[in-house]
Amino acid sequence: MDKQKAVLELDEVVIRFSGDSGDGMQLTGTLFSDASALFGNGVSTFPDYPSEIRAPQGTIGGVSGFQVHIGNKKVNTPGDYCDVLVAMNPAALRANFKWVKAGGTIVADSDTFNEKGLQRAGFKTDDPITELKLEDYKVVYAPITSLTKESLKDTDLDNKSIVRSKNMFALGMVYFMFDRPLNFTEHYFEVKFKSKPRVIDANKKVLKDGYNYASNIQAIANTYKVPAATSIPKGKYRNVNGNTATAWGFIAASEKANLPLFCGSYPITPATEILVELAKRKDLGVKTLQAEDEIAGICTSIGAAYAGNFAVTSTSGPGLSLKSEAIGLAVMTELPLVIVDVQRGGPSTGLPTKTEQSDLMQALWGRNGECPLVVISANTPSNCFDAAFMASKIALEHMTPVILLTDGFIANGTEPWLIPSMSQYPAIKAPVVPEGTTNYMTYARNEKLARGWAFPGTKGLEHRVGGLEKDFLKGTVSHDPINHEKMVDIRAAKVAKVAEYLPEQEVFGAQEGELLVVGWGGTYGHLLTAVQEMRAEGKDVSLCHISYINPLPRNIVDVFKRFKKIVVCELNLGQLANHLRMEHQQFNYLQFNKYQGLPFTIIELKDKFNQILGGK
Amino acid sequence: MAKYNYTAQDFKSDQEVRWCPGCGDHAVLSAVQKALPDVSEVLDYARERYVFVSGIGCSSRFPYYVNTYGFHGIHGRAAAIATGVKVANPKLSVWQISGDGDSLAIGGNHFIHAVRRNIDINMLLFNNEIYGLTKGQYSPTTKLGSVTKTSPFGTVEHPFRPGELVIGAQGKFFARTIDVEVKLTSEIMVEAAKHDGTSVVEILQNCVIFNDRTHSNITDKEFRDERVIVLRHGQKMVFGKNSDKGLVLNGLGLKVVTIGQDGYTLDDVLTHDAYEPNPGVHMMLVNMEYPNYPVALGVIRNVKDSTYDDNVRDQVLEVQRHAKITCVDDLLNSGETYDIK
Repeated sequence: MDKQKAVLELDEVVIRFSGDSGDGMQLTGTLFSDASALFGNGVSTFPDYPSEIRAPQGTIGGVSGFQVHIGNKKVNTPGDYCDVLVAMNPAALRANFKWVKAGGTIVADSDTFNEKGLQRAGFKTDDPITELKLEDYKVVYAPITSLTKESLKDTDLDNKSIVRSKNMFALGMVYFMFDRPLNFTEHYFEVKFKSKPRVIDANKKVLKDGYNYASNIQAIANTYKVPAATSIPKGKYRNVNGNTATAWGFIAASEKANLPLFCGSYPITPATEILVELAKRKDLGVKTLQAEDEIAGICTSIGAAYAGNFAVTSTSGPGLSLKSEAIGLAVMTELPLVIVDVQRGGPSTGLPTKTEQSDLMQALWGRNGECPLVVISANTPSNCFDAAFMASKIALEHMTPVILLTDGFIANGTEPWLIPSMSQYPAIKAPVVPEGTTNYMTYARNEKLARGWAFPGTKGLEHRVGGLEKDFLKGTVSHDPINHEKMVDIRAAKVAKVAEYLPEQEVFGAQEGELLVVGWGGTYGHLLTAVQEMRAEGKDVSLCHISYINPLPRNIVDVFKRFKKIVVCELNLGQLANHLRMEHQQFNYLQFNKYQGLPFTIIELKDKFNQILGGK
Repeated sequence: MAKYNYTAQDFKSDQEVRWCPGCGDHAVLSAVQKALPDVSEVLDYARERYVFVSGIGCSSRFPYYVNTYGFHGIHGRAAAIATGVKVANPKLSVWQISGDGDSLAIGGNHFIHAVRRNIDINMLLFNNEIYGLTKGQYSPTTKLGSVTKTSPFGTVEHPFRPGELVIGAQGKFFARTIDVEVKLTSEIMVEAAKHDGTSVVEILQNCVIFNDRTHSNITDKEFRDERVIVLRHGQKMVFGKNSDKGLVLNGLGLKVVTIGQDGYTLDDVLTHDAYEPNPGVHMMLVNMEYPNYPVALGVIRNVKDSTYDDNVRDQVLEVQRHAKITCVDDLLNSGETYDIK
C-alpha cells in the first residue's frame, strides 16, 4: 500500500456497484459485503436489478446495482445514499448518480465513456459530468477495461473471459479505497474455481492489479477505514438473505414438528429462491415439487397436508391471486399450510424485481366467502427464519393456513446473522389423531379450536373432507343454514384465538409519548434507524413494528392509547392503516406512504416525523 | 389365502348416494366397490391405504360414497391434489375421480402434467360429454355440432379424444370401459391399480338428464358386440357376436375385416400387445370411432416406466446416503461462517 496516502476513519460507509446486468455487479457487491462481514463490520445489502436478464447492453434499462452499507456497529439498512458509486458504464452513472451523496466519489470505467456508450445512455454531450451537474463530486475515471486486458494479456483466457473479469479489477480498486484485506475474496476464488487453477490465478491477479492501480493514482488521495464493530454480540455468524432464511425456517419447523416438509411451488420473481433453496435439501428429506402452475403449487401442497406432511408453498403477488380459490379450500378443510408471498410491485406483472407492501389486503381478504386466516410478516432478511418458523408453528398447532408476507427487499437483501441453535426453538405439536382413537369426529375441536388431523393410512380413521360446508362435528357435508352460520363463526373464532398464543406487541423507545411510528414487514430497518436517530436528537418518537397482522397482538390497543399521535408507514396506499381503522377505529391514524418500488429513505422518514411533531 | 376378506359392503359409506336415478355413476361406483376387495388381496392393501380424490362435478361426489379416506377438491384440481397426497405418502393407493369438464377443461393442465410425470395414481375419467352439475353445457369431449344449452346452434369446436391426449402426454396406461359393463370395469380397475404409474381409465358414462344416450350407438345391448372390441393383452383383436371380425394392419392404418372373407384368416388378425412402448398401434386403437371402427375397450396401453413418486423417494435416499448435513443445526453452520470475538 502507498504509505503516503492518509487513512481516514469512518463510522460507516455506503458503496453502490452498478453496471450492465451482465457485468457481474451482484457478485462484486456480494464479495465486498462478505469480506466486510468477515472483517467484523455491521453489514446490510440491497440488490437493485432489472427484470430483464440481459437488457440491451449499455442502456438504462439494463443497469444492475448492488448497494452495501458497512459500519462499525450493527447497521439496519443498506443506506439511503452512497458515498461511493462504481459505474461500469455511462448508463450506470446516469441511472445511479441521484443516489450519490453530495460531493461523493464516483469511480467510472473511462473505456466505456466513448461516443457510443454515452449515446446509448442518452447523454446529449460528451461531458456527462457537466451534463449531470456533478462538478462538485470526486470523479475517478479509470480505464478499467483496458487495464484488465493488460493485466491478463499473458494468460490463455479468451478475450471474452478477460473482459468479464473487469468487475474484479473494480473490486480491487474499492478494496484499496476502503482498506479491505484481499484474503477473503482470494479464498472465494480458490473454492469457486477449485478445478481451474488458472482461473483462480487470473482472478487473483486482476483483483490485486486493481488494488495496486488505485494505490498508485493521484485521483484517490485518501483511503478510508471502517473499523470492525465492537457492539455486535460475539459468536458465530453467517450472511443470509431473506429467501434462504425463509426456506430454512420451514425446514427448522419441520424438524421441530417431526413431520416431513413438502413444498409445491411454481417459479416466480422474487420468491423463486425459496423453492431453489428447499430443492437442495434432500439431505434433510425435503420434498419439493416444481408444479405446472401456481394453482398446482398450492393444490399439491394441500394434498400433501391432507396426507400428513408439513406443507408450504411459495409465491409472489400474482401467484397469490391464482392461489386464492385453493387457499379457501385449505380454510374449509382446516389443514395446516403456510403460503409465503414475497411481495413485489403490482398490480398485475407490475414491477417484478422491485419491492412493495401492496399485497396485505389480498392476504387478508382476497378470497370468496368469509374466509379468515392468519397473516404474519417478516422484518429483516434474518428475521425471515423466525417468521417462517412461527408461521409454521401457528399453521400446524392451530390447523389453519397462514400467509407469511415478506418482500423483494428483505428476500434479496442480506445481513449478518448470529447463527442460532435449534435448542433455542420450541417444539411444535400438531393435533395429530393417534391410531386406535375410537369414534373420531373429523371436526371435533381442542382448546385452540383446532380440529384433529388424521393421516390417511391410519386404521380406523377413514374420513372425507372437501370444499363443501361441513357439519360442525362430523365433518360430513351439511347444507343446514344454522350449521353454516355456526361454522362461519367458528372459523373466525379459531383465527382470532391465535392471538392468545402470540407474544405481546413491543415498542422500541419510550412506552408512551408524542408520536408512535407504526410499521410492518421489511420497512423495519429504515423505521428503526429513523426512530433511533431522532431519539438521539431528543425527539419523542417510538416505534411499534407489527409482525402479527391477523390476528393483531392482544395488547395493541394498550400500546396505541399511550401515544398522542400515530403514523402508519408503509410501501402502499395505506393497507395496514385501513386494517387498523377497521379493527380499532377509535384511533386517528396518520399515514406516510411510498410506492416507487423502492424502500423508504431515513431522510424522508425523519422529515415526515419532524413535520408531524412540529405541527402538534 | 385371502388376507382381508373385504366385500363390496366394506367400501360403502353411510352417506346417501345422491346421483340422479339412472345415472351411469351408480354403476361405476358399484364396479369400484366390487373391485377394491380384489385389489386389496392382489396388492395387499388394507382399507386405510385407499384415498379417493376428486374435483368438482357430478362424479366428484364419488369420495363421499366410498368408506375410505377421501378428499373432495375444487374444480379441475384433483390431479394436483392427488399428486400431493401420493408424494407425501407413497404407500397410499390414490384414486382420482374426475369428469370430462373437470379433467380436460379447467383441469387440463394438471391432467397432462400428472400423466407426463407418471405419478402412481389411478385416474378414473367419467366421460359423459357434457357438464351435468351446471345443467347441460357442452364439454371438451362433446361431439362437434352437438346442441347444448351453450351451443343452441351446435358446437363449433373439435372434441378431445382422452386416449389420444393421454398418449400425447406420454401416458403409460390407458384403458376404456363403459358404465354398463360392470364386470369389465371391475377387471380394468384391478389392472389400473396393479400398474405402477399414472393409470387413466376412461369410462364412457351416460348422463340420463342432459346428454342421454350419447354413447348409446355403441353401448346399446342389441348391437354392442358389433360396435365395440374388448382388447386383452396377448389375445387376437377379434370382435362381433360370433367373434368373426378382426383388426388387421393395412398400410399405415387399421382395417376391419371379416375372418373367412376376402382371404383373411385369424392369423392375419393383430394380436394385442399392451406392453409395447411404441405408442403407434395404441394411438390407432384409442382413436377408433364408430361407425368406421369398433370402439376399443379394455386395457389398451400398459407400459412399465419409472414413476415420479419412486424417483422422488430414490433421490432423497441417494442424497441422504452421502449427506454431511443431517439436521438443521448442521445446515445453519454449513458453508461460509465467521466468528466475531
